[in-house]
Amino acid sequence: MSSSVWVPLLLSLKVAAWATLLATVLGVAVAYGLSLWSSRWCDLVDAVLTLPMVLPPTVTGYYLLVLLGRRGWLGPWLADMGIELVFTWQGAVVAASVVAFPMVLKAARAAFLDVDHRLEQAASALGVSPAAVFFRVSLPLASRGILAGVLLAFARALGEFGATLMVAGSIPGRTQTLSIAIYEAVQAGEDGYANFLVLVTSATCIAALCLAAWLTPGAGRLRKARRAP
Amino acid sequence: MQIRRLMLACALSCVMAPAMAQDLLVSAAASLTNAFKDLAAQYQAAHPGLQVQTNFGASDVVLQQIIQGAPADVFASADQKAMDKAVEAQAVDPSTRRDFVRNEVVLIVPAGNPAGIRSLEDLHGDKVTRIAFGNPASVPVGRYTQAALEQSGDWQAVQSREILGQNVRQVLSYVERGEVDAGFVFATDAALMKDKVTVVQSVQTPTPVVYPIALVRREGRAPQAQGFLDYVLSDAGQSILAKYGFAKP
Repeated sequence: MSSSVWVPLLLSLKVAAWATLLATVLGVAVAYGLSLWSSRWCDLVDAVLTLPMVLPPTVTGYYLLVLLGRRGWLGPWLADMGIELVFTWQGAVVAASVVAFPMVLKAARAAFLDVDHRLEQAASALGVSPAAVFFRVSLPLASRGILAGVLLAFARALGEFGATLMVAGSIPGRTQTLSIAIYEAVQAGEDGYANFLVLVTSATCIAALCLAAWLTPGAGRLRKARRAP
Repeated sequence: MQIRRLMLACALSCVMAPAMAQDLLVSAAASLTNAFKDLAAQYQAAHPGLQVQTNFGASDVVLQQIIQGAPADVFASADQKAMDKAVEAQAVDPSTRRDFVRNEVVLIVPAGNPAGIRSLEDLHGDKVTRIAFGNPASVPVGRYTQAALEQSGDWQAVQSREILGQNVRQVLSYVERGEVDAGFVFATDAALMKDKVTVVQSVQTPTPVVYPIALVRREGRAPQAQGFLDYVLSDAGQSILAKYGFAKP
């Protein structure tokens, strides 16, 4: 086993970044769709899409394996297009996005519901196209709530273990993320390496949280407001 | 307050109960799963009142659990290296160590052999992209595989296509589901899935595949541990092991 920490660390960051991107785009799109479509089915759709947050990651991993495997429902079709997901880092991205997706969906749905619909209606009445209403009115107004979800999604993706291990396996340098490398090191009794990886992971998470706090719009203002008499 | 205390008491008793019962816990290599469950059931049937529990995983993983204080009484590993580590860590009593079965490593492919693999040499081909084997750092069958392939000169080709399994049964499941083109498991594992995996050939290992068993060294080890070990070595125990394809050492 390679004792380098950079390889699993960079892989983890790469997988988490792509997964967050995917989860954000899809989560925001679905949440906006649900906010436009008022039907009693909305809650059912929401519940089904939130499942990966509640299900044990092994269940999510199994679903993905049955779906994407070489002999799975979609696997052969994807393979024909040259896409292989099982045992690849792209597979790890899919697994991490699926479990991170509900974080964005939940936050974005709440954020879109909070947006004052009269502002959207006013924009429409002034002749703004639906796409422009979304990008220039709804999205900016909901952005803070969405950002909170995105940060949670990133944290969840970075810590993903179960589904990733099932879908992408544990190939050093290719799919062995930080959390999986720690698991392997403990299994093999390499406590020194495990300790090191655990410290690196903790430091990375603290750095990510600090970055998140710094990036969150209004956090600085809030601090100043509190200080002001 | 009363209710909270009651709940705490319930929770504590649930946690403590398994540790207090006088059970026999046998921790063994994943490849022994079916055979040892059978052995445990037979031994339990012959000793009324005794509960024989079993726990399986890659030998090194099971050993780590024991080193960390898992309440196991008997440890059976799939190679000498894992048992040597156990002796070194003073996790087992070396005077009780015995070799109890022999096995062999085989190259298997999914039923239908989609990549057309007929021998070890075929693993070098371009059509073969994924080969599963146990992680040599913690899985004995992976160590046997690595040693055998280094000797035959096929290790580089196999390693560049590696899909590491957490234990031998995971490798078996990867092959069975067709996620990999080929895999290395024990003959006894392949025999469990005759209709889903095909054995291409057996693999010559530099050291024979011989499994050792020993009693765990710990306070409060179940008194029946020695009896179970003797049973595994007895003719009755060996005939059960033979049923699952394990040969005498």
